[in-house]
Order: sequence, then structure tokens, then C-alpha cells
Amino acid sequence: MSDKVLVPPQHTVPAAFTRAQLDWLPWLEPLAVDAMTERHLASLVDAARVKSPYFRLLARDPDALEARTRTDKDIFYNPDAGLPRAERELAAAATSRFNGCVYCASVHARHAATYSKREDDVQRLLDAGVTADLGERWNAIVAASVALTATPSVFGPEHVDRLRKAGLDDLAIADVIHAAAFFNWANRLMLSLGEPAAAAGP
Amino acid sequence: MSGTDADVIDALVGITPGSPLDAIRARRPDARAHAQATYRALFAPESPGAITAQERFAVGGFVAGLHGATAIAAYYAARLAESGGPAALKEAMDAAIAEARSEGPYGRYPTGPLSREDTAGPSYRMGAATRRALGPRLAAAFEHVHMLVFHPRDAEPAALQALLDAGWSTTDIVTLSQIVAFLSFQIRVVIGLRTLAGRP
Repeated sequence: MSDKVLVPPQHTVPAAFTRAQLDWLPWLEPLAVDAMTERHLASLVDAARVKSPYFRLLARDPDALEARTRTDKDIFYNPDAGLPRAERELAAAATSRFNGCVYCASVHARHAATYSKREDDVQRLLDAGVTADLGERWNAIVAASVALTATPSVFGPEHVDRLRKAGLDDLAIADVIHAAAFFNWANRLMLSLGEPAAAAGP
Repeated sequence: MSGTDADVIDALVGITPGSPLDAIRARRPDARAHAQATYRALFAPESPGAITAQERFAVGGFVAGLHGATAIAAYYAARLAESGGPAALKEAMDAAIAEARSEGPYGRYPTGPLSREDTAGPSYRMGAATRRALGPRLAAAFEHVHMLVFHPRDAEPAALQALLDAGWSTTDIVTLSQIVAFLSFQIRVVIGLRTLAGRP
């Protein structure tokens, strides 16, 4: 078996949580583009992801990757009521901040800031961590995401009550649960199969 | 093959047709269908490759056990038994859970401003008797799984090298990582929805 661990090229390790665009460098060999079958390519769902070493690595198990991606898209993009997109992204960013996934946090903090227009609050979450005061509704969403992310989970009826008091209906609460749960999936892949790098300068 | 077609999250939460949670899950139909499709891809794959069903379910039971999710761990233990897993494997899995349980997430950051958030915690080194019972391949997997469950930010290339050394290929490692990561999702969806259902 010739499989081996990759040594990433010289790069700058991000020193803090950031909303800046980061690169991700794999520790295992992604599939080569010209070695990918129809099935591998279809498992990317979005054809543009063929450029991503992360998705070409996950494409080694195409059925798992495709199902992962379709789960992800419905949790975050389904526009039918429930939690607004900005707050689904907030739950993703808070989960990533708590688990310590600098790469995932960067992507979803950017999305949370874009959709909410609350750049300062999102930056406070990145800088100060999951106990930052972001106003009661966001605090409730962050606290629920963090409680569910702890292992073992400490999510309880008090989190449901607090979310309801903050104005979330049960579909919105289910969206918080799914967004935080999904980033417990994503964080573990991103953190363990490669590492983030500050994007190469212009 | 029982347990591969019925929706596993519905079963573990206890969602019945027409219930409020059934209606809520129906509003996110692709998430529901593809969480189940992920389960099938990882636990009843069309082409299983080099990872046996027993290895998949043993890892599943270990992950659920580390989460303290007793009913979910029992579900995976039952699938392990159905797939022909011997009692000794179940006993070794339970022994590993007892040895390895902790509380996460903890771990270190790269040296710098985030170092003040470093949180100490154990790296799992399996006891000799459990290692003998599981064999080198599953023993290496379980030590890796413990890191993924409790302190994923401590991940480093050396952890992947340990898996390669124990006979896991690059593609096997992707699948193993997906099993652990997916279960980290599935367990939390079950806990979250069960809590929501208990608060009508």
C-alpha cells in the first residue's frame, strides 16, 4: 500500500479566528481530477467543487459525500420558514468556534455577517468566543448550539424554553438543532483531514 | 437486513407518523432523506470496500457510547450482533467505552494568541487487554475515534499515519472519518429532537 500522509507546503497558520478567506491543505491525497469517475464527479453535487482538495478527498467515498452535501444544503438553504438563514449560519459559526475549527468558523462567520449585516456581533463571537454578549436572541441560539456540541451533550429543556422565549417556533428550534449538529459533522472532517492556511497574498 | 430502510433518526427519537415532529421533519425533506442515505452509505454500503460491517457497527457503538447516548449505543450494538459480531467484540467495545469516556471539546491551538484557550485533556491509549481483544486495526481506529469525538482540534498528520500503519488505506480513513463525523451529527439530532418533543 503506497498511501501516505502529505506534508503541506510552507504556509502561514491563521493565528486567530477570522472572517478572512482561508485555504485548506489536505493531509491525505485527494483524488486526481483526471482519475475521477462519473460517480466521483456526481458526488460533488456542485461541479465547481472539483477545484476543492477537501471535496476531492471526500469523494473517495462518493455515496457518503453526496448524501452529506444534500443534507447540508437542505439544513442551511431550505427557504421554507423556520430559522432565518443568518441565524442558521450563526449556529454553524458558534459550533465551529466552540469545537475550534478555524476554517469552518471563517466561512460561516462570513455568511452570518453577510446575511445579518451584524458584522460587529459576528466578530465579537470570533474574538471573545461563545460567551460573548450578542443580544438575547443570538445568545440563546449560541448557548443552545454550544450545549448540543458538548460531548456528552448538555442540551436540555431549558434551552428549548429560552429559544421559545426569544421568539423561535418549533421549526426554527429544529433548525438550530440541525445546524449545530451538522457542524459537529463538518468540523470533525475539516479539523482531522487537513489544516487551514492564510490565503496566499496578492 | 433490518434497520437499513426504516428511518434511523425517526426510530431513535420515537417519531410516529402524524406527530408534530413528523411534520417538522417533513419541512426539511432532503435533510431527512439524505441523513438516512448517509446512514445507508456508511453502514450498509453498496460496495463495502475494505471496512467490514462489524468494524462499522463497532465504531458506531463506540462513538455513541463515548457520547453517553445509551439507547443509540444499544442500537449500534444490536446491528453489530446482527452482522455476526461475536460477544467478545461487544465486550471489548464496552471495555473501550469505559476506559475512554471523557468530556469535550478540549485541545490545543497552534501557538499564538489562541493558546490561552488551550484546554488540557487525555489522549486515549487503549489498555493492553482491550487492544488484544480488538486487534491492531480496530484498536488504532478507536484511538483515532476518541480524538475525533472529544478533542478534534488536536488532530495532526501523525494520527493519520498511525491509521495507515495499522492497515487503513487513504480511502478507508475517509470512510472511517465520515462514520464518526456523521454519528456526531446523528446523535445530536436525536438528543435535540427528543428534548424538543419532551417540551410540548
